Amino acid sequence: MSTQPRALIVLNVASVALLAAAYYASLVYAPLEAVMGQVQRVFYFHVATAWVGMIGFVIAAVAGIVYLWKKDLKWDSVSLAAVEISLVFFFIAIVLGSIWARPIWGTWWTWEPRLTTAAILQMIYMAYLLLRQGIEDPEKRARFGAIYTLLGGISVPVTFISIRIFRSIHPVVIGAGGAEAQGSFSMAPTMVQVMLFSIFAFSVIFVTLFWHRLRLGSLESRVEQLKLKVMQ
Amino acid sequence: MSENPIQNTSAQRPGENYFGAVLAVAWKDLAAELRSRELLSAMLIFALLVILIFNFSLQLDRTTRESVTAGVLWVTFAFAGTLGLNRSMAIEKDRGCLDGLLLAPVDRSAIYFGKAISNLAFMLIVEVIVLPVYFILYNPRNFFNPGFLGIILLGSIGYVAVGTLLSTMAVQTRTRDVLLPILLFPLVIPVLVSAVQASMGFLSGQPFEEILPWLNLLLVYDVIFVAAAFMAFDYVVEE
Amino acid sequence: MIVVKKLVKRFGLKTVLRGLDFAVEKGEFVALLGPNGAGKTTFLRILASLSRPSLGMVSIAGYALPAQSAAVRRRLGVVSHMPLLYGDLTAEENLQFYGRMYNLPELPARVDEVLEMVGLSARRRDLVRTFSRGMQQRLAIGRAVLHDPEVILFDEPYTGLDQDASEMLDGVLRRVAAEGRTVVMTSHDLARAGELASRFDILSRGVITASASQASLGKGNLLDFYKQALGA
Repeated sequence: MSTQPRALIVLNVASVALLAAAYYASLVYAPLEAVMGQVQRVFYFHVATAWVGMIGFVIAAVAGIVYLWKKDLKWDSVSLAAVEISLVFFFIAIVLGSIWARPIWGTWWTWEPRLTTAAILQMIYMAYLLLRQGIEDPEKRARFGAIYTLLGGISVPVTFISIRIFRSIHPVVIGAGGAEAQGSFSMAPTMVQVMLFSIFAFSVIFVTLFWHRLRLGSLESRVEQLKLKVMQ
Repeated sequence: MSENPIQNTSAQRPGENYFGAVLAVAWKDLAAELRSRELLSAMLIFALLVILIFNFSLQLDRTTRESVTAGVLWVTFAFAGTLGLNRSMAIEKDRGCLDGLLLAPVDRSAIYFGKAISNLAFMLIVEVIVLPVYFILYNPRNFFNPGFLGIILLGSIGYVAVGTLLSTMAVQTRTRDVLLPILLFPLVIPVLVSAVQASMGFLSGQPFEEILPWLNLLLVYDVIFVAAAFMAFDYVVEE
Repeated sequence: MIVVKKLVKRFGLKTVLRGLDFAVEKGEFVALLGPNGAGKTTFLRILASLSRPSLGMVSIAGYALPAQSAAVRRRLGVVSHMPLLYGDLTAEENLQFYGRMYNLPELPARVDEVLEMVGLSARRRDLVRTFSRGMQQRLAIGRAVLHDPEVILFDEPYTGLDQDASEMLDGVLRRVAAEGRTVVMTSHDLARAGELASRFDILSRGVITASASQASLGKGNLLDFYKQALGA
């Protein structure tokens, strides 16, 4: 019971191997992009981490809905695990994006719709964690958390649209109007392969971490249960 | 069970009057507030202070003002708004009144709408006072045009719709006083962006077609979030 | 009037009520006694429809909770140790407000009647914030009986009251009970409960462990009964 299940151990090994392979693929195997040069290699991990981060937030919102429906705290731990992991990956994605943007767009940060929305999404999920911290009763914590992820899930697309309109009719100061155009490139077939492989690798890593986090959650609640038993 | 005789008296029990309950909740908030003026005066003084601070930090001279008036006003309303939302819900929580409301035989959403109406009223009252003051201080152009005032109403509705729901949540947590703005601001960014842009459009006399997307966005946000809060409120007050 | 079967209430991992069985006939005045943390307030909040049972059946006046909570709420009055009143409204306005929430017909007459009953007619136009604790508690009782409920729940109504105020409250409580209402009251004040109730139930560790009627117990034996029930 307390040791890791066999499948999880396999996943651990697979994750490390895939991460190493993804490094190799993106840093060595992928061809050098003609215009942008080496910095373009950041792109593979950027897309993959952003992808995994997004998936996590979707899982969190869906698990929130299921929780409100089924009232089973299991779904709440799914939600929490997804948010925690996604926050980290999303942060990595934003940092990698910044590293790429510096030479390409000439700035670490621009108020481009996707970037801005990503930052706001981060804020929403940090607020989510703060909200949870302030509540003792696990059921209430789960309920409020679910409602908040839901509201976040609704507001993020609206935020994205609003910033998009904002950009399209607002003069842009930094980075010129073609921030999206600037730095876009057509991918060679090998690049597509590497990108897909990175996405796959990070998906597996996500699943592994997710499983660990869920396991941690259930171990935590077992400890709580045992504590309560001892106290009685 | 042997309780059948009771059913007779039950038949005479009055049913639910949804709108009556909504108005009752809003009425008692307004009646109490018009007497104590605690919440309104706090919101108002805070709002004026925010403008004062903006005056010095942004150096609101004639040219700067043209471009930042809408932003200054909306930031002021948003900040003063959290103050009011927090207080309005704390009154319910502190003396157990929220339980009293929940004991009433009406759908919980009636309580939400009642609170939202009074919160909106407080916000509009503050705005009605702050706007002329701002006008006197800075004399902006096109200030009292119906489009601008309409945007202020729409923006306030969206802000209060989400704010009332979140303040009901925040007030039930340990960290309640600090939590509301943190929960609220990331969710109301669309309201603030579109309200500021639309306000700016009206103030600078842009053609209506350029303002229209913002107006639409505000309307969509208001509708979506009033509906979402209506559905979610039950979960926020149940135990 | 009140039937509770195998009621379980959990807060996360903590189980507060563990298969509680409870029944009250019409017109009974039941005092729920027990140490702190026994689950009295939790139990009363469930009866009041403010909290949902995790498992088990609760019915009041023939209506099930939580499914028919609106019907139950129409027939139920609650007085807790918090007054549930608005300090910036007058006594009269507080009652008017709650009357409107219950959609009562002929409200002004009913408000007069209730103010008379709790002895606050003279102070009807004064703000509740200027009231003493005892007066607030009497008004709270007025609020609870405004819609002429068949069942009344008192949760520690004597908390924070001095001798005089408690005696005043006794009078009001007796009158409320004399009108044929079914009353459930929690209290740690054995002496007061002994004076008022027709039956005593001991709640300990989330179940009713003992029950005795006023008649079978006789005057003055309540303390022994209480100690015995908890000692066992």
